[in-house]
Amino acid sequence: MADFDQELDASGLNCPLPILRAKKTLASMEAGQVLHIIATDPGSVKDFEAFSKQTGNELLESKEEGGKFLFLIKKK
Amino acid sequence: MDDKKLAIIATKGSLDWAYPPFILASTAAALGYETQIFFTFYGLQLLKKKLALAVTPIGNPGMPMPMGMDKWFPVLGMTLPGMQGMVTSMMKQKMKSKGVASIEELRDLCVEADVKLIACQMTVDLFDMERTEFIDGLEYAGAAAFFEFAGESDICLYI
Repeated sequence: MADFDQELDASGLNCPLPILRAKKTLASMEAGQVLHIIATDPGSVKDFEAFSKQTGNELLESKEEGGKFLFLIKKK
Repeated sequence: MDDKKLAIIATKGSLDWAYPPFILASTAAALGYETQIFFTFYGLQLLKKKLALAVTPIGNPGMPMPMGMDKWFPVLGMTLPGMQGMVTSMMKQKMKSKGVASIEELRDLCVEADVKLIACQMTVDLFDMERTEFIDGLEYAGAAAFFEFAGESDICLYI
């Protein structure tokens, strides 16, 4: 069973779209829920770290798997 | 804590220079910044309902050209009729294939995120532009109005 509440596939999207889509998706979620994001933009690794620091939505996990970048973000 | 503030002046009206203000403003809004963009001179082209933005390699030796085009069409060749249109459509194609958002899309995202867009009234008058040419929801103002916000901003950019 997946350990997240919603999933966002931002594959193929380039800066700043993965961040903007993530922000939009988080806005529709409840506090404490976890969003799983799939991205292919290598810049998104640093960007999601920065997004998390600045918005207070905790980055639970950031990893690379088979050329994809996967993130788990918990809504503040 | 109050939101941070970002103030941008957008002065350029070409396709390539349309990106920085809209990318930065939409991202800042997503990060919780209160954001304003003041559009002046050629920057007003970015507010037209129907965008007709182009990019040109003329005077821009830093622009990478596909298929070694710069070898086949050196500087003078780039001034041939139709060349700018061709280069522009190649650039748009490239952006699409790389998942880069269109200017229309980024602008919509800014509007959606309550980025305040301000058109320089002086430039509107100067170039005999009509307010009907521009998207809805703009404010029309001058330098003093910009400073009211910019003076309190945490980041202020001139693009």
